[in-house]
Amino acid sequence: MTIVGMTGNEAVAYAVKQSKVDIVAAYPITPQTIMVERFSKYVADGEVHTGYVCVESEHSAMSACIGASLTGARVFTATASQGLALMHEMLYIASGLRCPIVMGVANRALSAPLNIHGDHSDMMGSRDSGWVQIYAENAQEAYDWTIMAFKIAEERDVQLPVSVNLDGFIITHCMEGVDVLEDEAVNRFLQTRKPLFTLDPEKPITFGAMCLADYYFEFKRQQVEAMQNARRALDRVCKEYKDIRGKNYGILETYEMEDAQAAIICLGSTAGTAREVAHELRGQGKKVGVVKLWLYRPFPIEEVISALKDVKALAVFDKAISFGAPYGALCSDMVSAFYALRESPKIFNVIFGLGGRDVQPSEIAFVFNEALETAKTGVVKEKTMFLGVRD
Amino acid sequence: MTSNHKPGWKSLPIGGVAPEAGSSLKYKTGDWRAFRPQVDKEKCVNCLICWIYCPDSAIIRTEKWVEVNYDYCKGCGICANECPKEAIKMVEEQE
Repeated sequence: MTIVGMTGNEAVAYAVKQSKVDIVAAYPITPQTIMVERFSKYVADGEVHTGYVCVESEHSAMSACIGASLTGARVFTATASQGLALMHEMLYIASGLRCPIVMGVANRALSAPLNIHGDHSDMMGSRDSGWVQIYAENAQEAYDWTIMAFKIAEERDVQLPVSVNLDGFIITHCMEGVDVLEDEAVNRFLQTRKPLFTLDPEKPITFGAMCLADYYFEFKRQQVEAMQNARRALDRVCKEYKDIRGKNYGILETYEMEDAQAAIICLGSTAGTAREVAHELRGQGKKVGVVKLWLYRPFPIEEVISALKDVKALAVFDKAISFGAPYGALCSDMVSAFYALRESPKIFNVIFGLGGRDVQPSEIAFVFNEALETAKTGVVKEKTMFLGVRD
Repeated sequence: MTSNHKPGWKSLPIGGVAPEAGSSLKYKTGDWRAFRPQVDKEKCVNCLICWIYCPDSAIIRTEKWVEVNYDYCKGCGICANECPKEAIKMVEEQE
């Protein structure tokens, strides 16, 4: 066991170094900057044999990544917020051309007003782009998921880009003890990418041809299948990773859910605070639990139902707003997941933490108590609660 | 355009890759056509102006008149427009 003090950004850069990435093309943006800055230092110091492409924008970064990935290279990039927004059209091309690119996303609010702090508005806005989305809770998870992400992305029946999301500043800039693997262990785990097709001047083939009404639909249907395969691949990869890491990763993680009456489901760093609060409330005899979703896309319907079907009330935490929609993105998915069940928990939405607003344990305790009240009465007082906003 | 004779998602190479070179020949663009050029062999003097103008090289030369390769002719009508003898007529495609 080797514990190294690293921020989330540094942990991801270290994981990318160990994953023997062929090409990195990236553009710096707060709070992702250190991720690529640290990696460029590895390149400058000759610690990796990675081609580092300095580009003039995130749109170009993703474009370069797509081209590199099509040659059969293992490719990484990273961004946040406005950078991800600028990449938007290329995200669809990466997934449509089935490029297993891995991207670190230091989740940050979107302008306007200008804000550099953490929320999930950036990646939630790209949730239909065909990228697998994984959310880490801390630097350790960001490190582990980055290594696993390459393997999931490059699985033969997946071949899809994967984003590893870490909350801006809360994870990206906080120093933690990260248990890192030996280089050799990562080498054995990942091996070299085996592309299905490669862009090779010696053997010319066509990527990115136009597909009109008579073919386009078929390729989109393939992506649906690949997304479902990604869910199964993630399971397999996590099992394999457990052999070298010893920790159980998977689609989601539960805390005190066995007999819970009320629960919170959330993504990312919020889960740690929620667990702590749940632990305290359990001490007061309150039956509360927490579900942390690691995998958000593809949305694991069966797994969330299985984890939450027995609770009476469920508070769904969304760190982003979907303007004009019935709920935040995660809550809409949860309501859809439970729609077909005869007995669904009473669900309400908690919009919180926008623009990096801190969420206090007392606020989470308030939500748990509201959920317990709903569990008792069967009545949802407020369909969507804006936690911590000033009236 | 469900195109039942075309391969389905299960058998197509992923990501829209055309995994061999020179495969454009296999993509019969003739089904884009709304109007079909019809050559009147009596009027055609085999001047080959249509053959020069056709953007899809879909005019076939024969000894006495021209014919059309309907596998690739997209029905743009340039041939009919350019023909000095009005030997090519555009007629609507039927189902």
